[in-house]
Amino acid sequence: MLGEPRDGRIVVVGASLAGLRAAETLRAEGFTGSLTLIGEETHPPYDRPPLSKQVLLGKVPADRTGLPQRRRLDADWKLGVRAGGLDPVGKRVLLDDGADVPFDRLLIATGTRARPWPHPDEAAMDGVFTLRTSGDAAALAARLAAGPRRVLVVGAGFTGSEIASACRERGLDVTVAERGPAPLVGALGGTLGELAAKLQRAHGVDLRCGVTVTALEGDGRLTGAQFSDGTRIDADIAVIALGAVRNTEWLAESGLAAGPRGVTCDAGCRAFDMYGIVTDDIFAAGDVARFPHPLFEYQLLSLEHWGNAVAQAEVAAHNMISTGPRRRPHLTVPAFWSSQFGLNIKSVGVPTFSDQVVIAQGSLKDARLVAVYGYRGRVTAAVSVNQARSLEYYRHLIETAAPFPPAPGAADQRESPVPVPSDVPDPKLLSHGPTVALTGHLPDRRLTVVQPAR
Amino acid sequence: MAADTLFHRITDYAHRADPYPLYAELRENGVARQDDGSYLVGTYHDIAALLHDPRISSDRRHRTVPDGAAGTDEGVPPSFIGLDDPEHHRLRGLAMRSFGPPHTPDRIDGMHEDITRIVRDLIAGFEGKERIDVVDDFAYPLPVTVICRLLGVPTEDEPRFRLWSDAIVAGFDPTPGDDPEERQRAGTDARKQMALYLGELAEGRRGHPSGDMLSAFVNDAGPEGQLTPLETMATAVLLLIAGHETTVNLITNGMLTLLRHPDALERLCREPELMPLAVEELLRYEPPVQMLPQRTPLADIEVAGRTIPKGSPLILMLAAGNRDPQRFVDPDRFDPAREDNQHLGFGSGVHSCFGAPLARLETQIALHELLRHLDTPRLIEDPPEYRRSPVLRGPRHLLIGRGGV
Repeated sequence: MLGEPRDGRIVVVGASLAGLRAAETLRAEGFTGSLTLIGEETHPPYDRPPLSKQVLLGKVPADRTGLPQRRRLDADWKLGVRAGGLDPVGKRVLLDDGADVPFDRLLIATGTRARPWPHPDEAAMDGVFTLRTSGDAAALAARLAAGPRRVLVVGAGFTGSEIASACRERGLDVTVAERGPAPLVGALGGTLGELAAKLQRAHGVDLRCGVTVTALEGDGRLTGAQFSDGTRIDADIAVIALGAVRNTEWLAESGLAAGPRGVTCDAGCRAFDMYGIVTDDIFAAGDVARFPHPLFEYQLLSLEHWGNAVAQAEVAAHNMISTGPRRRPHLTVPAFWSSQFGLNIKSVGVPTFSDQVVIAQGSLKDARLVAVYGYRGRVTAAVSVNQARSLEYYRHLIETAAPFPPAPGAADQRESPVPVPSDVPDPKLLSHGPTVALTGHLPDRRLTVVQPAR
Repeated sequence: MAADTLFHRITDYAHRADPYPLYAELRENGVARQDDGSYLVGTYHDIAALLHDPRISSDRRHRTVPDGAAGTDEGVPPSFIGLDDPEHHRLRGLAMRSFGPPHTPDRIDGMHEDITRIVRDLIAGFEGKERIDVVDDFAYPLPVTVICRLLGVPTEDEPRFRLWSDAIVAGFDPTPGDDPEERQRAGTDARKQMALYLGELAEGRRGHPSGDMLSAFVNDAGPEGQLTPLETMATAVLLLIAGHETTVNLITNGMLTLLRHPDALERLCREPELMPLAVEELLRYEPPVQMLPQRTPLADIEVAGRTIPKGSPLILMLAAGNRDPQRFVDPDRFDPAREDNQHLGFGSGVHSCFGAPLARLETQIALHELLRHLDTPRLIEDPPEYRRSPVLRGPRHLLIGRGGV
C-alpha cells in the first residue's frame, strides 16, 4: 500500500445502496481525500425494496424512496453518466461521455440490472415492463393504477411474486408463469415453494408452473402471451421478472476477474485479476461482488440482498483505508426478507446450500413456521414465515456450524421432526435468476471432470 | 459455595436498594445453579440467546421441579405471558388487534395529549406541597389512570384492584423461604377475583361498544376470531397489572436516577429532545423488570459450558445483562445520550414487552413534565424505601423537596 491510506483519491463506481454506504463509511472512518461517486442513473441513491411493494400498491410514489444520507459526504457526484471502461495500470475510470476519472483506490459497486426479455421486438412493445429502477416502478405503478384487465408476471422468484401480490392487493387479475415447479423454489426449495404456490392460488393468482412464455403477442401494444403448453392468455401488461444481470461489461477489457457472475474478490473485498492475483487498490461490494464465504465451504457467493450491500460496503470501505492486519473479512451471515400475500418471509444463511430441510417450528397449515436447512449434517440456513422472532437463534446455529437437524424441543414444533430433501432445483430449471448464487461448485456437484486422454 | 446462596442474597430485601454488585458476581459465575435446582443466567449474550431460543418455554407447567405457582389456578387460564406459541401467538395477536399495528396503529400515539393532560393535572396537585412523594403523588396514579382509560376500567375502583394487584405481584415473588405457597395461594385467589371483576366489566359492554380495549375484546372480531370470555379475563388481568406495576417503577427509578445525576438532569432540561434516548438508558440502567423468573428449558440446553437440565427453573436476570461490560461500554455509567443501547429492559424475542410503546410514551412525557415543572428538586432520602418485590423493583416511596412549582 502506497502513501497515506486516509488520503488520496477514491472513486466509487455505482451510486446506489452499496456505493453510498461505502462512501459514508469512508468518511466516518476518517478518509479525508477526494471522493468521487459515479452513477448511471440521474437520481441520487434510493432504496429498492419498496419498489415492488409500497410503490406498486400506490402507497408511496416511486421518487420518494430516496436513501437518507447519514453524514456529509463532501463528495463529487457524477450522476447520469456510465462508466465504460477501466484502465487498471493508468488507474483511470473511463466514462461513456469521453471523460476519465483518475483514482488511487477504486470501489466497484455497479450492482445488477433487470434481465430483459430475450426478444427485443417483443420487449419493446407498450405494456412490457421490467422492475429494477425507480423509473421502472413509476411507469409500472401508473399502469397498474389505470386498471389493466390482466397482468402477466414472467418468473416467480421474489420480485415476480411480490409484483403478483401487489397486483392482487389492487384487485387486478394476474397470471404468473414460472418455468420451475413452484414460486420461490429456486431460493427456498421444494417445501416452501409448495406453500408459496398454495398461497398464491388462495389469493386468486392464476399460477402456471412448469411452463415458459414462448411469445409475447401484440402489434406495438401487448395483447397476450403464448405458453409452452400450447395455451395462451389475454394480457395488457407483462412484467418480466427473470432475475438480474450483473453490470460487469464495462470491466471486460480491464484484466479483472469480472464476468456474468460478478467481480470476484477475496473475503476482504479486494478484486482479483484474471489470473487470480489479488489487487490491492481495487475493491468490490454489493450485488456485483462475488466472494468466498467460510460458512459455505469458501464457495464464491453472489448475493442480491439489501443487508449484504450494506455490510459488504462497510467492510470494503474500511479495508480501502486500512493496511495489512487491520483489514477485516466480510463474514456476515447472508439474510434477506420479503413480504407478499400477507406473509413475512425472512431468511438467514443460504437455503440453496442444503440437502435437507425440516420444519423446526410452527406449521405449513398455518403458514407460520421456521424451516431449517442443513447440508451434510450441519445447519446452513433458516427461513421463517410470519415467525421471525427466533431467527437469531438459528443464525447462531449457522454461525457455529451446529449439527443438522437442530436439537429438538422447540416449544411449538408441530410438524414431523424428520428432515426431508430440500429439493433445491438446478438453477437451469428456473425462469428467473437466483437472488443467491453459489458461483463455485454446487453442494451436490463435487466432481472433478477428467478429460480422457486422446 | 457462594453461588448456591446467590439468589437468596439477590432476593434478600437488604440488597434491594443496590443489587448491582450481586449481579456482577452472577456474571462472573456464568451460569449459577442454586440449591433448589434453579439456574440463574446474568450475562447479556447468554440472556439474549435464551430469549430467542425456541426451546425455552414460558409455561411453568413444563417445570419438573415442584412449582407452587403452576396448576393451582383453577378457573382462569394462564395469560399469554405464561404460554408458548402457537397459543401465545394467537392470544397476543388477538389482544394486539385493539392495541397496536396493523389493525390499530394509532392507539398509543393518539394518547399523547391525554397522557400529557393527566400528567399536568397530577403536577397541579403538587401546589402548595413542600414535599412530594413521587410514587404516591405521581408515578403510581399516572399509569393507573392511563391503563384504566385504555382498558375501560373505572378509576374509582382503584382501591379494589390495588389490593388484588399487590397480592398477585407478591404471588410471583420468587424470594425463597417465608412460606411461598401461602403467598401464591393468595395471589391466585386475587387473580381470580380481578378476573371476575374485569370479565363482568367486559361482558357489560357486549353489544355496546365504547372504544376501549375491554369493549374491543368482546365486540370486535377479526378473521382470526375473538377472545373467549375466559381469555378476555386472563388477558385483561395481565394488561391491567403489567400496565401499571412496571411503569410506576420506570418513572420512579427514572426520577431517582436523574436526581442522583444532576449533570444528566440539567442536560435533559436544556435538551429535552434527548428524553427518548434517556428513557432507553433508564430501561438499561434501572429496569423495572429485573428478572424473568418463569422460563423453563424443554430440552437439556448448554449455556456457557453448563448443561441446564430440561424442566429446571431458569431465571434470566435482565438487569444483570443490562450492565454487562462485555456488551456495553462503561455499563455502570448512566449516559442519557447513549447510542448503542439495545437493552433487555423490555425482554426480547416472542415475549418482548407488549406494552413497550405505551411505557415509553408515558415515561417520556412524565419525566419531561416533571423536569419542566419542578424547580430545584432534591432527594430527601437516599436510598429511598423500596418495594418488596425483587422482580418488579422500585422505590415504595420517593420523597423529594423542591423550591417551587
